[in-house]
Amino acid sequence: MAKKRGEKSLGKIKGFSLEFIPFSEIKHLNSDERIKKILDIIFGNNILLIQGRLKPLEETRLIGDTMAMIGHVNNFKGIELAVISGKDEESMFERFKRNAANMISGGDLEAITIIGPATIVKEIKRNPKKIDLILNK
Amino acid sequence: MVLKIFTNFFKRVIGGIFKNKKEIKLGFYGPPNAGKTSLANRICKDFTGEEIGSVSKIPHETRSVQFKEKVQIEYKGKKMTFKMVDTPGIATKIDYEEFLKYKVGKNEAKKRAKEATQGIIESIKWLDDMDMVVVVLDATENPYNQVNITILGNLVARKIPVLIVANKVDLAKADIKKIESAFPEYETIGISAKYGENLEEFYESLFRVSKQI
Repeated sequence: MAKKRGEKSLGKIKGFSLEFIPFSEIKHLNSDERIKKILDIIFGNNILLIQGRLKPLEETRLIGDTMAMIGHVNNFKGIELAVISGKDEESMFERFKRNAANMISGGDLEAITIIGPATIVKEIKRNPKKIDLILNK
Repeated sequence: MVLKIFTNFFKRVIGGIFKNKKEIKLGFYGPPNAGKTSLANRICKDFTGEEIGSVSKIPHETRSVQFKEKVQIEYKGKKMTFKMVDTPGIATKIDYEEFLKYKVGKNEAKKRAKEATQGIIESIKWLDDMDMVVVVLDATENPYNQVNITILGNLVARKIPVLIVANKVDLAKADIKKIESAFPEYETIGISAKYGENLEEFYESLFRVSKQI
């Protein structure tokens, strides 16, 4: 059917998988195990949603580990990463302070972490109240 | 007993003198192309006459950590000595094809990409060694970038004092208020490293934040 003028189109997406990990699944894992679990999912060409957020040191560890894999894993170009918090109106420092305990153990269950391989996710644009997940064609 | 009191007194006094003269390790962190090296160059040039590294429009121009030791910054009669640590921009992905847009040959682009990945790993490792960090952000870009948040989160976790610089205020698109509202708990100074705008205010903030060390 011909598309009418001005009609919105969803376009063609060949398909990708979204995988969700509840916090209970990674709660008892140490940092090495968490990173390994995340990487296993990412390398399966999946976009991962995690309930909660990683510790800041785990985030940098994830970036470092994925950087080390570029050039060693076929077509791997890194990741796109974003954290959406449920309390956007609260300053980041307040969140850091409030979640200091959570950060040590990982957590902040009000947040959702999105991680995808850069080959699939072109960009995650994060504005305080909106996330745009832009996929590669 | 008296000897112990004297020993402690001299330790405190002499220790205090050396503590004040200590070289502060000042890191320049941020995403690629925000102007970290431009700012570090500007400071080094002002106080030592030499630059720290080369700058370019091509992202990831700085691909290894660069240093300049014993940079004595003087501002309004106060002096502080810094070890300047200019770090490669932190990113979560590197695609050599991005470099091809800047008319870089394919082999050179692949080499740059490989070096850039190693540079990011090096930047992250250096976080542990910093006494204070200037986070340099491009004021024309969206500050709600996860890399910015991850860097700041790491600095908070390590209790490292932070000064945010909103660079490129000479550009019409620059929006310092957006950066201030994203990170209201930090001092944010709008500057143009390229043209040396507002550096006086930057030095004032640098001295103020350094008291938190």
